[in-house]
Amino acid sequence: MTTPHGEYEGAPRRTAVSRVVGFLGSSIVQVLLVCIGLFWLMPTLGLFVTSLRSPQDNAASGWWTTLQEPAQLTLENYASLLDNPSFVASFFNTILITVPSTLIIVAIASLAAYAFAWLEFPGRDWLFLLVVGLLVVPLQVALIPIAQIYGGAGIYGSILGVVLFHVGFGLPFAIFLLRNFFAAIPRDLLEAARMDGGKEHTIFRRVILPLGGPAIASLTIFQFLWVWNDLLVALVFADAQAQPMTVALQSEMRQFGANLDVISAGAFLSMVVPLVVFFAFQRYFVQGVMAGSVK
Amino acid sequence: MAKVRLAGISKIYPDGTSAVSDLHLDISEGEFLVLVGPSGCGKTTALRMVAGLEEISSGTLTIGERVVNRVPARDRDVAMVFQSYALYPHLSVRDNIAFGLQLRKVAKSEIRRRVEGAAGTLGLTDHLDRRPRNLSGGQRQRVAMGRAIVRSPQAFLMDEPLSNLDAKLRVQMRAEISRIQRDLGVTTIYVTHDQVEAMTLGDRVAVMKKGVLQQVAPPQELYERPTNIFVAGFIGSPSMNLLQGRLESDGAGARLALGEQALTVPASLLAERPALRDYLGRDVAVGIRPEDMEDADLVEASEGTVLTSTTDLVEALGSELLLHFRLNVSPVVTEDTKELARDAGADQIDTESRYSDLIARCSPRSGATSGQPLRVRVDTGRLYFFDPLSGAGIWGESAPALQHKEGSHV
Repeated sequence: MTTPHGEYEGAPRRTAVSRVVGFLGSSIVQVLLVCIGLFWLMPTLGLFVTSLRSPQDNAASGWWTTLQEPAQLTLENYASLLDNPSFVASFFNTILITVPSTLIIVAIASLAAYAFAWLEFPGRDWLFLLVVGLLVVPLQVALIPIAQIYGGAGIYGSILGVVLFHVGFGLPFAIFLLRNFFAAIPRDLLEAARMDGGKEHTIFRRVILPLGGPAIASLTIFQFLWVWNDLLVALVFADAQAQPMTVALQSEMRQFGANLDVISAGAFLSMVVPLVVFFAFQRYFVQGVMAGSVK
Repeated sequence: MAKVRLAGISKIYPDGTSAVSDLHLDISEGEFLVLVGPSGCGKTTALRMVAGLEEISSGTLTIGERVVNRVPARDRDVAMVFQSYALYPHLSVRDNIAFGLQLRKVAKSEIRRRVEGAAGTLGLTDHLDRRPRNLSGGQRQRVAMGRAIVRSPQAFLMDEPLSNLDAKLRVQMRAEISRIQRDLGVTTIYVTHDQVEAMTLGDRVAVMKKGVLQQVAPPQELYERPTNIFVAGFIGSPSMNLLQGRLESDGAGARLALGEQALTVPASLLAERPALRDYLGRDVAVGIRPEDMEDADLVEASEGTVLTSTTDLVEALGSELLLHFRLNVSPVVTEDTKELARDAGADQIDTESRYSDLIARCSPRSGATSGQPLRVRVDTGRLYFFDPLSGAGIWGESAPALQHKEGSHV
């Protein structure tokens, strides 16, 4: 249809009212989302501000009073925390527990997931079903039997024991997650790689791993956070030399009150590392990695 | 380059379904063989067995001088172009093409030379550093071809490589594949469900139905002398009109009764196909190609070559008209025609039907309009005859036609 000026008419023009309504609608939603986000961040902010106040100030008033008197802020808590050798040791223990656990889980799970997704062997589906079944086993029921086994093996209380426990209970979910992701990679791609002369390990390294990047990145983040923040397993299996930060901080809790200066600074430090890990890996969450491969 | 030999190749799945039965094919060096058939006829399975992606249940597969039944795909030295292209999305075009060479530890300079050579052949030189997702469908198809070419394999295997392209591009790429294959002279097995592709590309075409090879022949022979109703109906577009008729002796020639109408079968045709004499006085299945018919008002139509009806529909294609009309003749109902109807997406053939719908391909000068009476001249020298029960073509004294003589009285 043409107008008297000979131009083609597109979609009918939106009226001024409908545009105002649309603008209001979308901006109201945005404002609401920002508010919820800020509200969500409040405890973290409180923790951060508290960690920057002296114990006396914390005992006398709430952290929000800082808004009126910024002068009370100090880095003393962090300085004393880093001077405390047992806390520094627990920080390194946390790293010694978390990094190997995460790496071992990702390495074993990606290999196992490839086998479950793409290799033919007898009993494969039953075995996978078993792995999925293990997802529902709560780790609490295993604490005592494993403690007995560790006692017999002589690794009770050591970092190795804690790492092994995390690996054991992290694997079912890790395999489940990666297997489902790998299984979604088009079969044609693997067959093309086979026709191109690839052996299984080459296909795994040069096709599956690069394409599985997003899943492996998210698994790494999850696993890192879980192990980093774990209290229960470390509380049961780690002795005083092996205790991670979570246990060290928990021991600062008292029945009446707490060493708020140590806890707030330590807790904030223990939050920063996972955040760094998250931001380091989140760039791998690329949308549409498969685009252009088939069709 | 090598010859490829399939000797009695079969594929039976663990659940007992048979995808390919007793397939014999000899593909000579540098030959372009096309496997064609409706979906589910086992052509892709056959190709995948040659590739090594599917296990061979029985039979012997030879590539070159080597029996490769138990050789894994990576060591068969054949290259495959997938229907989906199967490009590695995380690699650039250059690395996609080079992947096979890198895995075979070819020297870097040699890889570079060969990749650039292949890219030049395919017109991909400007796109070597792009990712597959930034390419158009046609370019992706070229990359998939490049990946096959660059390895200079013993044979190319192509699994419906053009089916994801739009019609125009498909015609263009079809010509290109043909050119590349002729230039390189590499033995090629090409799977398609499109009979036009099969006819235009193949040195020889193998028609399959339900896992069984029906006929292997050069395209023109397939068209001229189909071995049975299935091949006749599958090859040619629009497809052959198939009717139930009756042959009566009429002097030196014969008379073909089609319902209340009749055509004269020339004596020369009977002399050419002596087996037809056995069918005198009996029912036969008759095939008339649309292109063997013409509007009788435009040409000289002698007695006994004309069918009359009413035009149902006229499809004008510019260069020709497709006239749809109906005759009071039963359609041919055999396994073959049911399979053809399934392939065309039609419902079950109505076995009780007294009517058949025909298509004639006429000159655009024809004045036929729908609803008006129509006279169609049939080139009776080019009629096709088939055994009504077995569906086998009636040609010389071919044994199958004679064998079925006893049991075929209706």
